[in-house]
Amino acid sequence: MIQLTEITRIFHMGDQAVHALNEINLSIKSGEYVSIMGPSGSGKSTLLNIIGLLDKPDSGHYELDGKIVTDLSETEQAQIRREKIGFVFQTFHLVPRLTAAENIELPLILSGLAPKERHTRVNEALLAFELQDRAQHRPSELSGGQRQRVAIARATIMRPTAILADEPTGNLDHQIGAEVMTLLENHHKTGTTLIVVTHDRELGARAHRQIAMRDGKIMIDQANDTI
Amino acid sequence: MTLSDTLHLSFKAIMSYRIRSILIVFAMALGVAAVIVLTALGDGARRYVVNQFSSIGTNLLVVMPGRAETSGSFPGMVLGQTPRDLTLKDAQLIGQLPQVKRYAPLNVGVAELSAANRLRDVTVLGSNANILPIRHMKLAQGSFLTQGSGHSAQIVLGAKLAQEFFPRTNAIGQRIRLGENRFLVSGVLVPQGESMGFNTDEVVIIPIDYAQSLFNTTSLFRILVEAKSHNQIQSTKQAILNSLKQSHDGEEDNTVITQDAVLATFEKILHALTLSVAGIAAISLIVAGILIMNVMLVAVNQRTTEIGLLKAIGANTTDIRRLFFMEALWLSLAGAIIGFLLGQFGSLLIRLIYPQLPAWAPIWASLAGVVVALITGILASLLPASRAAKLDPVTALSKK
Repeated sequence: MIQLTEITRIFHMGDQAVHALNEINLSIKSGEYVSIMGPSGSGKSTLLNIIGLLDKPDSGHYELDGKIVTDLSETEQAQIRREKIGFVFQTFHLVPRLTAAENIELPLILSGLAPKERHTRVNEALLAFELQDRAQHRPSELSGGQRQRVAIARATIMRPTAILADEPTGNLDHQIGAEVMTLLENHHKTGTTLIVVTHDRELGARAHRQIAMRDGKIMIDQANDTI
Repeated sequence: MTLSDTLHLSFKAIMSYRIRSILIVFAMALGVAAVIVLTALGDGARRYVVNQFSSIGTNLLVVMPGRAETSGSFPGMVLGQTPRDLTLKDAQLIGQLPQVKRYAPLNVGVAELSAANRLRDVTVLGSNANILPIRHMKLAQGSFLTQGSGHSAQIVLGAKLAQEFFPRTNAIGQRIRLGENRFLVSGVLVPQGESMGFNTDEVVIIPIDYAQSLFNTTSLFRILVEAKSHNQIQSTKQAILNSLKQSHDGEEDNTVITQDAVLATFEKILHALTLSVAGIAAISLIVAGILIMNVMLVAVNQRTTEIGLLKAIGANTTDIRRLFFMEALWLSLAGAIIGFLLGQFGSLLIRLIYPQLPAWAPIWASLAGVVVALITGILASLLPASRAAKLDPVTALSKK
């Protein structure tokens, strides 16, 4: 359960204040599939960063699973990111010197899990995302689709309650992008909340609930009747 | 994140930037090695001098005529007096002191030595039989100027002289001319080589009476005194000064230096030299530390997106700080260890090339080199590590 109340985020560009988010009120239930769309600079990525606790709002408060998380310490927020949130980025953000398996393992390492347990979990993930023969390859030796699969495996390895994807198909061609979306949606079907930021209408239309933003405000928030 | 994972991840980072890491480790190693090798040299020189100086005698005191004055003028000058010479009588007086184990009066001069058509100038020591034990010299063959037979015209030759003058025959029992007088070779010294710039292989020793008549003098150049024990050196010095003062009509016109005091001074000077050389070498360690800082700052800059990602997947500031801290620690640790080995190897090379120089780095220097390397490495990592930890994840992730 994500509950945003009057969230405002202001960026300062020179002497001009830009309202990236302007008193946003938003409630997303656990297990929902939401797409956030809008033109560049509409505030959709900022909204995602705030939901993912990467960014702090200038005002308003944010309740996650019944707990106000806006005022938590940096360490506590890091723990929530680790345990409850999985990020998927447009540019994958894999660590170039680590192999696919090691990249997937990273969140487990950060959580302090024992190596043996980590090994089993990583192998399961490699299998689930059909990456077993790519396990020892570095990101530079992987195709775009494979990289994003590694990134999704990494985002889901901690079994988070929400997956936040920021333009997950932005660097992929249409077919591979569709495959990646299917992977994310499959994971959503296991009960995970899925929030996808995109400016691809077709992709956005796949979500059960569509939010359109402009100038830091939510313009449209509608359920997808076709599904 | 557990400690072993932190160590492992930071180690991986070092291994993947190989050239960069090798260069830093090399710089650090060079600094540590410099500290070790230079202190080994300095301390080796100190030990060399101390050994040399100890080898000339044990519990040794040297009595010299005249007095080192700090007032600039000798007080006796006003009365038209000159400093009194040391005489054989003074030497005998000293010999009667209870603290004195033995004494040897000494006259030194140069005279012409000739035998069997060979001729050369030699340094002549005039003394008594005690000079041998006092100066730690040994006879290779024959007998020394036997005590009491001071009036027989005996001569003891240095090893090299015996070899030069009597290459094929045994030198003992041969006749040899020194100046105007004829001497009977009674003994040959064991070759000792040079010590304190004085080569005993090229001297001859004759009884003090002959030396005094040879050089036409009644005064002594020095009196060498050996105290009975190390503890008695100071009291011996005082006793000698007192007894000479008495016999010289209350005038303190002699100087007694002790081997101990000279040795201590040498040690002090050379130790200070070692320390300052080590200090100079330590500067290179600090330079290496600055290098580490610079490289780590570049690393933070290069890996900004990676840091952002780590934060996004749940690393907290402590995790990030530790990762970068460990990375610098690995680098300085590797540098310290390699530098230590390099330094020991360098000292070994010096010892092989100059066997007479005991170039062992003192333990404190090796330890200090390694510890300073680690500390500079750690200090140098603090700023980059905290800069990495403070990065804002959103900005970090959006960096291209």
